[in-house]
Amino acid sequence: MTIATPDRGRKTFMLNMGPQHPAMHGVVRLVLELEGENIVDVDCEIGYLHRAFEKHAESETWNNVVPWTDRLNYVSPLINNVGYALAVERLAGIEVPERGQYIRVIASEISRVTDHLTCVGASAMELGAFTVFLYLIKAREYLYQLVDNLTGARITTAFTRVGGVKGDLPADFAAKFADVAAKVREAVAESDKLLTRNRIFMDRVEATGVLSKEDALAYGITGPFLRSTGVPYDVRRAHPYLVYDRFDFEIPVGSTGDNYDRYLCRMAEIEQSLRIVEQALKQIPEGKHSLAPAEMKYAYELEDMGKHGDTELIQKYSAKVDQTLDGMGRETFGDVRAANRWATLPAKEQTYTNIEGLMNHFELVMWSWGIKIPPSEGYFAVEGGNGELGFHVVADGGDGPYRVRCRPPCLFIMAALPKLLKGSMIADVIPTFGSVNMIAGELDR
Amino acid sequence: MTRYDLLWIVVKVGAAILLFGMNIAGLLGWVERKQSAVLQDRIGANRADIFGITLLGLFHPIADALKMLTKEDFEAKSVIKPLHAIAPMIAMGAGLFCLAALPYGGTVQFMGHAWSLQPIECPVGVPLVLAALALGVHGIVMAGYASGSNYGLLGALRGAAQMIASEVCLASSLAGVLFLYGTLDFQQAVLWQGAHVWGIVVQPLAFILFLTAGAALTKRTPFDLPEGESEIVGYHVEYSGMKFGMFLITDFMESIVICGVITALFLGGWLIPGLDLAALGQSATPYVPLVAAALMLASFTFKVLALLFLLMQIRWTLPRFRFDQLLDLGWKNLLPLSLLNFLATVWGIYLWR
Repeated sequence: MTIATPDRGRKTFMLNMGPQHPAMHGVVRLVLELEGENIVDVDCEIGYLHRAFEKHAESETWNNVVPWTDRLNYVSPLINNVGYALAVERLAGIEVPERGQYIRVIASEISRVTDHLTCVGASAMELGAFTVFLYLIKAREYLYQLVDNLTGARITTAFTRVGGVKGDLPADFAAKFADVAAKVREAVAESDKLLTRNRIFMDRVEATGVLSKEDALAYGITGPFLRSTGVPYDVRRAHPYLVYDRFDFEIPVGSTGDNYDRYLCRMAEIEQSLRIVEQALKQIPEGKHSLAPAEMKYAYELEDMGKHGDTELIQKYSAKVDQTLDGMGRETFGDVRAANRWATLPAKEQTYTNIEGLMNHFELVMWSWGIKIPPSEGYFAVEGGNGELGFHVVADGGDGPYRVRCRPPCLFIMAALPKLLKGSMIADVIPTFGSVNMIAGELDR
Repeated sequence: MTRYDLLWIVVKVGAAILLFGMNIAGLLGWVERKQSAVLQDRIGANRADIFGITLLGLFHPIADALKMLTKEDFEAKSVIKPLHAIAPMIAMGAGLFCLAALPYGGTVQFMGHAWSLQPIECPVGVPLVLAALALGVHGIVMAGYASGSNYGLLGALRGAAQMIASEVCLASSLAGVLFLYGTLDFQQAVLWQGAHVWGIVVQPLAFILFLTAGAALTKRTPFDLPEGESEIVGYHVEYSGMKFGMFLITDFMESIVICGVITALFLGGWLIPGLDLAALGQSATPYVPLVAAALMLASFTFKVLALLFLLMQIRWTLPRFRFDQLLDLGWKNLLPLSLLNFLATVWGIYLWR
């Protein structure tokens, strides 16, 4: 039985928080130098979830990178999809049809709500308010079901394509969203009652993790973190993309830049995002390409008709395809995809029934053929859940990116984290780190 | 005292610990899951079954106990073994001892003999329980220190500081009500309430203060700083198997004891309003004293369970305090308030007479 006392002169001791620690979402390591409960020094170590996203993208075709973007910020994957697609489209000079743009906005805003719900819920749970976490995660689950309905997956959405989105909105989407929005609002209101004026919660988050406006700007921090300090910078307003300039929404800003302001900003943004989706569902133009309700036939039946030369007859029918290809029929395809034959796959009826469609399809999916973007480079930023999510894409004339560089919003916040934590207590690590909403998939790429 | 009296005390202590304490602790494990599930729109524990009968998940505590008993008792290299082994026993022993001093019922006449339903009849029962509760912290400090882990050590530090902060208020908030009753004996306090009025009516502030300080003593959310799962994992970070299970049970035991003390001192103990149980217990009619005894036990148990339900509700509603905020609450708010309450009580009684 020996009690190790190596250095009696030392006044501080080291505490290794993470990489495996309940509060270190995903994997990140904080090495704390402590004096009792007070933090003297912090060393933040990242990179535990490095998956070589950027390097991997170089060996993929333009469209094949989209599924890898899901894994960046995996609580708001649709925003990543949209951001990447917009960056590539800027290089290719493709304009997405209006309905497709609205669908992208709807998808992004739903994702933003799930992102904020996760962040607020997880921080509350780590502060001990477990019930709030489950209320918010329940609300998130309704939204995930909606996303599942739209894209076919809850998290690994891979929804966008260069030149559009996978498919049109499913039937009754507006009604379903209205139902879900009511449930989300109810859950947010419940959590608001449990937290916002809760003395214990306020004591925990007020005046902790304070960041000044100047520091936030100097670190390059964006998103709710920056807005909580009072800077009303939002990419959707500052550099409008898609159809964001057509909506009436507010940009909530805080004043003190502490954890409480960040919490309030996120709670307010949930409501604003829901408002945007509601407006978008009202404004969204009707599909021009939807034909009179066509009779459905299996794709192989159409193929047989084509072989028999019944080309007139084929036009009356619509292809019944695999569920994963829902919304890719000719009734809706033209509304959500750009009409560039060199970049956009043809509607499934075309692929299955005529040689032009089939050739077009193969030219786009065959190895080393695909979408050819002339040598150029460009940066495009969208407003992600945590801030400005940017993609810098370089094309060298091949069928895939020469280089993709992702600007993850939480990397810059993590850089400022030691500054936020120094001088506070161990217990303050939890709300401060929670409000960063660090997503390791996005941070380490 | 005859040897039969001694045997009766042993039976009572055994019943208090094994029947009352252990059963309610097991039940609390179930309540914690099921109540939180109802609160959080979940289904909660419903899988453990015996021949396909799940009984709303009531078998989960049994499954838990079996799991704890059969798990490997892992000890890290850094552990100081004797202290590591003895710590959970001290923590749990303190909680169990307190159970034996609670007044589960009054005295009943049966077969020409007076049977007291309080296991350990002690004229200074209240300070005895408070002292034994305070002993429990030694287990926590020992566990944290013997773990050889910085997380455990932080948990132990927090535990010690929190225990002192809540213990002082715990005692001082009771000062007023005990002064009023003029006794330190649980049984006398219950009888006083039977003769006059329940403690919660005359000492509402003391009730709230004691409940708060008591909740802090049980180390459960919002006062779960020594464990602080998402922060420092806690003083029992290096524990596994039944040793960990003993810490778990300790928390439940302390909750039960706190609720038992509140019941005895503020909610009339085993009394039932409108029913003179003490007189019924002395009745000469055969079997009436037995019915009275059953009613006493049921009344006490019901009140304890109701209070535990309240504690659980608080536990699942509020977030956790920060270390300095908890000490502020204990020393700067609860303590002055409880001293003020004591002074007001003393002056009130002085002026009244």
